[in-house]
Amino acid sequence: MRAVVLVRPKAGILDPQGEAVESSLRQLGFTVGEARVGKVIDLEVTADSPSAAHAEIERMCERLLANPLIESYEIELAEDA
Amino acid sequence: MKETQPRIGVVVFPGSQDDRDAAWALGALGAEPVMVWHGEEKLPALDAVVLPGGFSYGDYLRCGAIARFSPAMRAVTEFAEGGGLVLGICNGFQILCEAGLLPGVLRPNRSLQFICRDVAVIVERMDTPFTARCEAGQELLIPVKHGEGCYHLPPELPQEQIALRYAPGDNPNGSEADVAGVVNSAGNVFGLMPHPEHAVDPLLGSGDGALILASLVDSARERLYARA
Repeated sequence: MRAVVLVRPKAGILDPQGEAVESSLRQLGFTVGEARVGKVIDLEVTADSPSAAHAEIERMCERLLANPLIESYEIELAEDA
Repeated sequence: MKETQPRIGVVVFPGSQDDRDAAWALGALGAEPVMVWHGEEKLPALDAVVLPGGFSYGDYLRCGAIARFSPAMRAVTEFAEGGGLVLGICNGFQILCEAGLLPGVLRPNRSLQFICRDVAVIVERMDTPFTARCEAGQELLIPVKHGEGCYHLPPELPQEQIALRYAPGDNPNGSEADVAGVVNSAGNVFGLMPHPEHAVDPLLGSGDGALILASLVDSARERLYARA
């Protein structure tokens, strides 16, 4: 089963990368509001069911993939197994 | 002389850089440095542990995020939980935060630039095993060299755990409340971004870092005597 984990800086957490991206986009003439930069982690997991996969990836996020102090995460499971 | 030398472990991760400088400085200040490979599941008999600077595991994912799960870190966590003295320098500080042995987390510098220069820091606490040779309010000149030293301060952190701050106007990385170093609530774990091991000889610009490392050596020696 394939999954995509999105890890983002939490609201209110300073994100200098996002700020740099935002100001670069403005310098290029684009009209943008706030930009935030996170990470994408593509995963291949073996699980009996989507819900089991989701629960397992949640444990991965809590232990390693995200730092809950400063980051939030979202898990997307691909439809085709 | 040997029996008065406390044994201070220096944990070597893949990507550690300042392990030898730390070991050299500790040796020069009267300790017996003991290198501990990150794969070791048990620590030898030690009176203190230093987690050195560098880029453990390539700083992948987040600084310190992978190192914290190394076998040696499990042993260091047990050592710390038993009251053992643990000092984390730069990457070592990042590892201690990721491991939950210290509060907070270190984020990319506000400027997004790697910063390598001397900074002035103020000692806020001199009643810790890591700062006892300093005076409260003393200004120390110690180099920093890091890309991710911007401390995110947990709102609930008691002020007294901020043991070291960048001097007013000399915050190099955007750290909240100018935090340069933090001690745990029990007082036996300390992490700082500046590198005291690079400031132990005036010939190299400053000897102020020796005050911190010599404090650690003193405290480790007290532990050694207490054990004997």
